[in-house]
Amino acid sequence: MVKLKLALYWAATCGGCDVAVLDTNEKILDIVNIADIVFWPIAMDFKRHHVEAMEDKSIDVCLFNGAVRNSELEDIAKLLRAKSKTMVAFGSCACFGGIPSLANLTNRREIFERAYVEAPSNVNPERVFPKTKTKVSEGELELPEFYDTVLALGQVVPVEYFVPGCPPPVDLILKVVDALATNQLPPPGATIAAEKTLCDECPRKKEEKRITKIYRPHEIIPDPERCLLEQGIICMGPATRGGCGARCIEANMPCRGCFGPPTGVYDQGAKMLSALASIYDVKDEKEIARMVEEVLDPAGTFYRFGMSTSLLQRKRM
Amino acid sequence: MEEFEPKIIAFLCNWCSYAGADLAGTSRIQYAPNVRVIRVMCSGRVDPTFVIKALRAGADGVLIGGCHFGDCHYMEGNYKTARRVALLKKMLGQLGIEEERVWLEWISAAEGSHFAQVINDITAKVKELGPFARQNNS
Repeated sequence: MVKLKLALYWAATCGGCDVAVLDTNEKILDIVNIADIVFWPIAMDFKRHHVEAMEDKSIDVCLFNGAVRNSELEDIAKLLRAKSKTMVAFGSCACFGGIPSLANLTNRREIFERAYVEAPSNVNPERVFPKTKTKVSEGELELPEFYDTVLALGQVVPVEYFVPGCPPPVDLILKVVDALATNQLPPPGATIAAEKTLCDECPRKKEEKRITKIYRPHEIIPDPERCLLEQGIICMGPATRGGCGARCIEANMPCRGCFGPPTGVYDQGAKMLSALASIYDVKDEKEIARMVEEVLDPAGTFYRFGMSTSLLQRKRM
Repeated sequence: MEEFEPKIIAFLCNWCSYAGADLAGTSRIQYAPNVRVIRVMCSGRVDPTFVIKALRAGADGVLIGGCHFGDCHYMEGNYKTARRVALLKKMLGQLGIEEERVWLEWISAAEGSHFAQVINDITAKVKELGPFARQNNS
């Protein structure tokens, strides 16, 4: 059998997705059995010019993790798209913007102001900020352009498959590898995870969903058997795609929503907001105001992994 | 330049607010022509997604009309709406959307004149705020 050519890349990401690939442990040998890795900056010594020298569509599969937050990342996403037959948005950042997309609640100016002036460790009285072009005696230096809005991979190039998760769990990665090896990939556009919500596969006991107080995870020791939402902890299960194996739930922690919205849902945050407000069983206006106060950071909680692909995408500024 | 005429999407519940709008019409009460009405069975049917989608699709303001507390045809729908809209407003605030773009009003089937008043008020307020054109900062 001719081996598949596989590329892996990291864009705006923490590196956890690459580590998740290594977490397949001895199964990584299976991956190497069916595929030659032709590009993987975190683990192997290939450079960008090696990719540029390849023929178009010569890479079979590119697993691209991370969001697109500057012009360099956009360039390489387009380069890898041109060289790859199949593009996979790998992990929540590539699928929905992920944690980096929380920066869409601000913009470049505010981020630069914080990072280069306000942060306590800075001494920058001349207000020097990174520029895309800087003239020095030896010539002109270039830096990529930093975008105001963090984008998901699918907002920059066409993507065939989405593998969500922060990071994608090992069994899901193996499922993808297996599908590649046996050439049994689903139709393009598919998200490789469950169709329904996490609640659908959650092992916990669910009774009546009525709460009158919201607890943050550190404020309460939850009953490990019972639905976390029923205990007043914001668990994103009702608005999040399943298929993760309920790892956080098993550890007695609420779902934070890294698998993104389930099939048919346009806006994960709006759905979760709706679900939470529905079960908060108060009728008096003062108590409603108390509920609003208890949800400290609605946008950051409900869109934690998905600002980029949410309906509003970013803050209006 | 022409004066800005806002587009207002109004989600009205079948049992109270829509009937209130109907009464405003049959009573020939004049009100601002900026509203586009979408009838829903209950204000509790209005998913926050609808509000956000309306804004994305070109609306400058959104009104949700429901029955007064205690009057809901489905007992509790309007209480849910009250909680959802309160929380939604806080979240939209974080996303830089002015609170006055989303209105929640209780309008009964007998309150035709109140309906007309609400439409005039929201139109005037949203006119003041200006268009909800999405700025593209990227």
